[in-house]
Amino acid sequence: MTAPEPKVTVDLANGLGLTAEEYDRIISRLGREPTYTELGLFSALWSEHCAYKHSRVFLARLPQRGARVLQGPGENAGAIDIGDGWAAVFKMESHNHPSFIEPFQGAATGVGGILRDIFTMGARPIALLDSLRFGDPEDPKTRRLIKGVVGGISWYGNCFGCPTVGGEIAFAPEYAGNPLVNVMCVGLVRADRIFRARADGPGNPVFYVGNKTGRDGIHGATMASATFDGHAEERRPTVQVGDPFTEKLLLEACLEAMQTGAVVGIQDMGAAGLACCTSEMPARSGTGMEVELERVPRRETAMTPYELLLSESQERMLLVAARGREAEVRSVFAKWELDAVEIGRVTSGDELTVTFDGDVVARVPVEALAEGPRYQKPMAPPSWLAERQAWDPATLAQSKDYNEALLELMASPAIASKEWAFRQYDQQVGINTLVLPGSDAAVLRVKGTRRALAVATDGNGRHVFLDPRRGAAMAVCEAARNVSCAGGYPAGVTDCLNFGSPERPEILWQFAEAVDGIAEACRALDIPVVGGNVSFYNETSGQAILPTPIIGVVGVLDDAERLATQSFKAAGHRVALLGPPDVSLGGSEYLWCRQRLVAGRLAPLDLGVERRVQAAVRSAIGAGLVTAAHDCSDGGIAVALAEACVTGRTPIGCTVTLPEGGRWDGMLFGEGPSRVLVAVDGTAAREFEALMAESAIPWQWIGVTGGDRLVIRIAATAIVDLDLLRIDHAWRNGFERHMA
Amino acid sequence: MKFGVVVFPGTWSDCDFHYVIGEVLHQPVEYIWHRERNLAGFDCVVLPGGFSYGDYLRAGAVAGRSPVVEALGDFIAGGGLALGSCNGFQILCEAGLLPGALMRNECLQYRCQSTHLLVETVDTPFTRALRVGQVLTMPISHGEGKYYADPNTLRTLKQRNRIVFRYATSDGQVTKDANPNGSLDNIAGIVNEEGTVLGLMPHPERAAETAMGGTDGLSILQSLLGTLVEDGGFLRR
Repeated sequence: MTAPEPKVTVDLANGLGLTAEEYDRIISRLGREPTYTELGLFSALWSEHCAYKHSRVFLARLPQRGARVLQGPGENAGAIDIGDGWAAVFKMESHNHPSFIEPFQGAATGVGGILRDIFTMGARPIALLDSLRFGDPEDPKTRRLIKGVVGGISWYGNCFGCPTVGGEIAFAPEYAGNPLVNVMCVGLVRADRIFRARADGPGNPVFYVGNKTGRDGIHGATMASATFDGHAEERRPTVQVGDPFTEKLLLEACLEAMQTGAVVGIQDMGAAGLACCTSEMPARSGTGMEVELERVPRRETAMTPYELLLSESQERMLLVAARGREAEVRSVFAKWELDAVEIGRVTSGDELTVTFDGDVVARVPVEALAEGPRYQKPMAPPSWLAERQAWDPATLAQSKDYNEALLELMASPAIASKEWAFRQYDQQVGINTLVLPGSDAAVLRVKGTRRALAVATDGNGRHVFLDPRRGAAMAVCEAARNVSCAGGYPAGVTDCLNFGSPERPEILWQFAEAVDGIAEACRALDIPVVGGNVSFYNETSGQAILPTPIIGVVGVLDDAERLATQSFKAAGHRVALLGPPDVSLGGSEYLWCRQRLVAGRLAPLDLGVERRVQAAVRSAIGAGLVTAAHDCSDGGIAVALAEACVTGRTPIGCTVTLPEGGRWDGMLFGEGPSRVLVAVDGTAAREFEALMAESAIPWQWIGVTGGDRLVIRIAATAIVDLDLLRIDHAWRNGFERHMA
Repeated sequence: MKFGVVVFPGTWSDCDFHYVIGEVLHQPVEYIWHRERNLAGFDCVVLPGGFSYGDYLRAGAVAGRSPVVEALGDFIAGGGLALGSCNGFQILCEAGLLPGALMRNECLQYRCQSTHLLVETVDTPFTRALRVGQVLTMPISHGEGKYYADPNTLRTLKQRNRIVFRYATSDGQVTKDANPNGSLDNIAGIVNEEGTVLGLMPHPERAAETAMGGTDGLSILQSLLGTLVEDGGFLRR
């Protein structure tokens, strides 16, 4: 028995997340009142999560083209040409809202969703990266979230069989009620074998493949498009439940089916499930689709058309096959013991027609569903911003003991080793991982070629909070710099833009500024944005997160043997600092650790210098001149040096002298863009100097590796002089001590 | 020497073993689907890592009763060799082809990390290229790798010299700290009575190339080929 359908009213529409204006728009588009099922379709597809209604006008500003771009935004994932006939397919997505409600399954299905986005393109996933943000790990509730999220990622990624090779974990109180779980996946496919989410060819059969449909995740997309109040846990039924084993079977079956040549197009049933696929696929192809819902494989009884269309059950795909080749598709999925059921066909019209036991339950132009409303709401800089920026570093008392200050920074959870999380992730399956997690970027070889990919994610909410435009540009620069420090040239960007409610003018201003910053940096560094995701409404009880754009960069190494990692390799190597001297304590980790304060101005960013520094680092690595390269970021040069000392196979000390200029804590811990630390074997020093001279960048020798201490001098004073064992201990235990 | 790499639904180290055997070791290698019962023509069958059938029951429990594993008994009795790594070790134990069981890691978390393995016996086809007391470096990646056997079984394993690898420090000390999963007696790998079936939790295929951080894992596969080691310690079988 099914309950009678609710009567369609504007109140019902409001309850499903649609505004009165949007409801009117639906009526005028259809020329009539929508049915209950149709209203469900619109509420899901016009949700912020699916329709990008507040962000789309801004996202158009991002550079999306480039010689290497094989697929830009608008598909399941972006793709770039990496040479030798191969393409890297990659994308980052958020699963913030579900992960707060149910951290284990929320994070797990975030991994599942991004994996499907990659293999629907025909690519085999080779790497996952997770960018996570939490509240203070001192808080038991936050620790529960961290354990759940890391456990969920570990469970899904490990069982599926894709290595987790990178990402970052950072902390700020603003994330306590809204953790961020951004997951990036990279896959490989032959450049001429990329599949797309299209429903071409009227008459072609439409197959439902994969897991059966249940009631989990109904209105997940709508849930992800609202802020939380104190009752977030009550929304737990909107979180999907993952099955990584079925996902693994789905991967193998999809790739095998694609090999047959019988697949015309394919799309992941992610947010808004069947509703999304059955409207977006024909919308891309200028076709229509007929779907007979009673054919959909189910694992629960008495499901209504509404539920079948909006369920976000995991591990499912919609596949359009070539007519006459249905048997080939069926036989591959039968081999992998998965459902492959013909549920409809592509039509020549422009409508999605959904029937259930012969009754038409929805008939809607696909364009109306796929093209949601677009808004450009009012925006304004936050009233408090000028005051925050006006913070004067002179008000900060100089530290009395720089050894202690450095140890405190190394033990700060944001900087300390994340081994506790990474050892729970398989990092090597696929035997491609040349550089494991823990260096600036992970490096994965491309078997059968000399090439490798370098991948990194970055994003600093504090920087963006204080200066959205520059902070976001700096995030692009840092992620690209990390890739350059591994020896790869940055080839493509995916971004995940995490913000509060766009209906608040100051949040939308942060968003617009950040998008402009990303666009400027990507243009200057010549890296196209090929895909990504916007996550708004990251607010709980009125508290928005720090504005946090996360940038994922994929880079290419033409010679996998010419790579660099961040740690010092031997004693007696000369240490150089490349890049400008400008740093700031504004928004720094040091200021946070000392005063729990987010204030001040960011260091200047010169994108031309940034570009040249990265090029210089890559040239030096490519010429085999450097034995280590490490980006100076959180915690400044002192932390970068300490990390280079203790993160290698054996600890190697160093003694450096910093040129005089400004206050000592700023010189040690101030943060600024475009700065890279490198180590050079003495025999290569002359050649290195010549290369740097050609590069036209500021740089200088600052010291030499060796010994079992880190010694940092300013003029004649050794202001830091620490045993590496103490540094190592602080760094290894800083995060882990909270989690053990 | 012809290798077969078994593919269960949910296996993920199959491609890695296939690559190492074919591209690094240059030996003939084929995949074997889990429904296959005919193992004729293979010299060594590899059961790779992964989550066969999702391991939603006990790790390896369903695969241990699959057609290909049922056929493995006769294959081994006929002189065939079998190597089970990670999930493969779990499957061999579940199938009764090796004694004991693999339980949830003592830390109750998944562990992916580099480990050191002390070589305890070279009197098997899998370790003939090695030296007793040698320390190998190989990664583990599992949630259920804590080896357990009852006291009688453990005594037999020791008496018959069937414990092949034990987790150790880099200089070969078998300590509690070197044990990543709480395995009984730091056991990382064992063989059957005849020495023709090896099960180990670490991943030799992930330590088969210098680019991947070392070649200690390859030496296990090389032992099977009868390649001469540096000191000329043994000859082709």
